[in-house]
Amino acid sequence: MTLDVRHDFPLLERTARAGKPLVYLDSAATSQKPRAVLEAEQAFYARHNAAVSRGAHVLAEEATAAFEEARATFARFIGASSAREVVWTQNATAALNLVAGGMASASAGVGGPADPRFVLGPGDRIVVTETEHHANLIPWQQLAQRTGAEFAWIPVDDLGRMDTHALDEVINAQTKVVAFTHVSNVTGIVTDVAPLVQRARAVGALTVVDGCQSVPHLPVNVQELGVDFLASSGHKMLGPTGIGALWGRAELLDALPPSVFGGSTITKVTMEKTEWLPAPQRFEAGSQPVAQVVALAAAVEYLQNLGMEAVAAHEADLALQMRSGLAEMDKVRLIGPVGNSEGSDVVAIAAFAVEGVHSHDVGQVLDDDGICVRVGHHCNQPLHAKFGLPGSTRASAHVYTTHEDVEAFLNSVERARDFFHARSAV
Amino acid sequence: MSDLDQMYQQVIMDHAREAHGRGLQDAAGLPQGESHQVNTTCGDEVTMRVALDGTLVASVSWEGQGCSISQASTSVLHDLMVGVNVEDSDKIAEAFRALMGAQGKGIDDAHADLLGDANAFGGVGKYPARIKCALLGWMAWKDALAQAREEER
Repeated sequence: MTLDVRHDFPLLERTARAGKPLVYLDSAATSQKPRAVLEAEQAFYARHNAAVSRGAHVLAEEATAAFEEARATFARFIGASSAREVVWTQNATAALNLVAGGMASASAGVGGPADPRFVLGPGDRIVVTETEHHANLIPWQQLAQRTGAEFAWIPVDDLGRMDTHALDEVINAQTKVVAFTHVSNVTGIVTDVAPLVQRARAVGALTVVDGCQSVPHLPVNVQELGVDFLASSGHKMLGPTGIGALWGRAELLDALPPSVFGGSTITKVTMEKTEWLPAPQRFEAGSQPVAQVVALAAAVEYLQNLGMEAVAAHEADLALQMRSGLAEMDKVRLIGPVGNSEGSDVVAIAAFAVEGVHSHDVGQVLDDDGICVRVGHHCNQPLHAKFGLPGSTRASAHVYTTHEDVEAFLNSVERARDFFHARSAV
Repeated sequence: MSDLDQMYQQVIMDHAREAHGRGLQDAAGLPQGESHQVNTTCGDEVTMRVALDGTLVASVSWEGQGCSISQASTSVLHDLMVGVNVEDSDKIAEAFRALMGAQGKGIDDAHADLLGDANAFGGVGKYPARIKCALLGWMAWKDALAQAREEER
């Protein structure tokens, strides 16, 4: 199953250094944008721009309607039961911090009546996994330090797979929140969510999922997943920068205290105290990124038109080509499993290390060939430490990636290896 | 010479493979400073110790891990700085910064004469993201030297 949509992405028409063809394989960092998204953002500014949720003039009404329609579009895309379960945030990092920060507020007794599910203290436990991006690790680590709760993590094996045998021990009766990624941004492994949710529910813990690398690439239905919160990023799913979303169960969002305070979040403010609106407004303080929200909805519609099953199938092919190509390469170490031929357990992310060659040096040769990849630790130092690597080089695909792109990439990795090995880098 | 060949000249690859000054040394009794620097984009790091003996740089030693550019650059720094007058070391550091800021176009002879093997890093200046790699050890040098001077007073 192959998509043919490259022509929808204006940026992909340009060339790289010295006029070489551009091969963009850094989509896990940020995706390129289809024309429909660029046009939606421009059309909003050209015709409907106004502040939302305040004011009563014609533009304010149109802008507010577009803003809320976008919320409904996004909610349907991820299978939310209602639009008000979607909170707009600056990015996925802010979405995850919204949950952790809300729990910090609850634990400190501020931001409204304390719901015991969000109150943490000594004797409670916060659980993450060893494969988390820093954005779904640091907020929880810091929340533990702030509240005195214990911080624990589910280990991963040498291939980066979560150790499901450890679930019962790590997610113990004291656990109040389990935060985990849906898809690893380094290994590309798709988390088997069911056993985690089952165990978390059994001990009454909330589940918070980082959906940054799943929502843009796989069919995701939050109700089928059975989780409590899911964060996602607009710019990784063909949308603009500056917009992310937090989905949460309505009754949880309504009970979670805000941790960022400001206008448009309240029912009543006096000099002594504040009462909050229900979700999502209680979390959307201050002026909102309206054009970004509208453009994100255009990205969602673009993906829906392709069909997320078709997107996943397209990328599964690329995943296998990338990952098996690297795995078969001499003196190159693929991080994580190759994945199965159905592509159901990894997405099209391939991080690797060339023996004796630093990722920055590998990336330099790839860049010289017009190939854009990520180098370094990809905001995931603990996992690289686990693998005994300071960093890696990472290629990642999206709907516009072609088999020719992956072929050029694999050839360039061989060139990088040979370039440095010939100069006795090892 | 292609951009890549210019960037990864053999002299750089040699320094990267067998870096000079690696292994932290303790210069007992001499004023010394130590600095740890991290390149936050990749996690590369270097810890450098600089000891002074009067007006001379008595020793430069370091530990670290990173790309060939950062490792070679720190190795070359060691060779350039050990045994030189502290005032001259400032001129060498200034010349290296000028080289990094030259966008691969080269620097004047007065600066180039001070840099020896370090002139090979001129190709790095074309790539803003890699200038940080080349400067990692030099950041540590600046900080460690300032501490050593402070201790000397």
